Amino acid sequence: MTTPTPPNGPVAAAVLSCGSGCFALGVLAVAADGSKALAAALNFYKPSGPLSGVTTVAIALWLACWVVLAIRWKSKQLAFAKVSAAAFVFLALGLLLTFPPFGDLLLGR
Amino acid sequence: MELTHRELITAIHGMLFGGFFLMAVFGAFILLLELSSSDRCAAEAPARPWQAVYLIAMVALGWAAVVSGACIVYPWYRAVAPAGADLTLYPKFLLTAHPATAGWHNLGMEWKEHVAWIAPMAATMVAWIMIKHRAAWNASCQVRNAVLGFAAAAFLAAAIAGGWGAAINKKAPVEGGRTYQLMGNAR
Repeated sequence: MTTPTPPNGPVAAAVLSCGSGCFALGVLAVAADGSKALAAALNFYKPSGPLSGVTTVAIALWLACWVVLAIRWKSKQLAFAKVSAAAFVFLALGLLLTFPPFGDLLLGR
Repeated sequence: MELTHRELITAIHGMLFGGFFLMAVFGAFILLLELSSSDRCAAEAPARPWQAVYLIAMVALGWAAVVSGACIVYPWYRAVAPAGADLTLYPKFLLTAHPATAGWHNLGMEWKEHVAWIAPMAATMVAWIMIKHRAAWNASCQVRNAVLGFAAAAFLAAAIAGGWGAAINKKAPVEGGRTYQLMGNAR
């Protein structure tokens, strides 16, 4: 007797949302660096400055994305290789965007 | 032997939370490599209690490191120096006051303060899958590769943040606040 393969939807949701959360962090970091208005809007905790808003919003987006995808993909069997590839692209972009010289390049500095 | 309040909190942030998190992520990566061997996966072993405790502790250390850094230590680091102030109490301004040291802030701190957050995010995801979805890990090589990749990314992000943090704190230490006498006499 073989054990049925468990649905990979919940795992795919966790992986993809984590990748997108990292990407959101990178995008917000560069955007806040390039826009004084956005930096001011993200200044949630004055002693930490815009970093407080950048990280709070990125984490909120990550968790929201995780919850939504986990509910939608709860019992689904997905093409995990595609989901995983997308997650790694997001992760790589997120890592790259946090590197200041790359952000400066995008901002034309 | 003295230690100021800010030095103590910075040490707790970097050496206790950050340092142990870095070691824990590396340990978790080795554990995952061991668990991803084909014969172990075929056995479909559930997560052992100690593994769950280890992974939860790793995640807690990671979040403690970034939150304590961003909410407690970073405000001391970036505090604006009043005119004529002793810059040794204002590390960001001490570093940016001279072109030879400005890079420690403009590259090091600017990178560290953001990339650090990727580590606990990835570590949380890895721990969640290993604790709650071990069957999916056992069943799929693609899942194992994805989890290993994110664990490696967590280690990389933590190493970048920790490395820069240690170097910056050596160049321009966060100091100030109440002084604690650890050993001997102040006089």
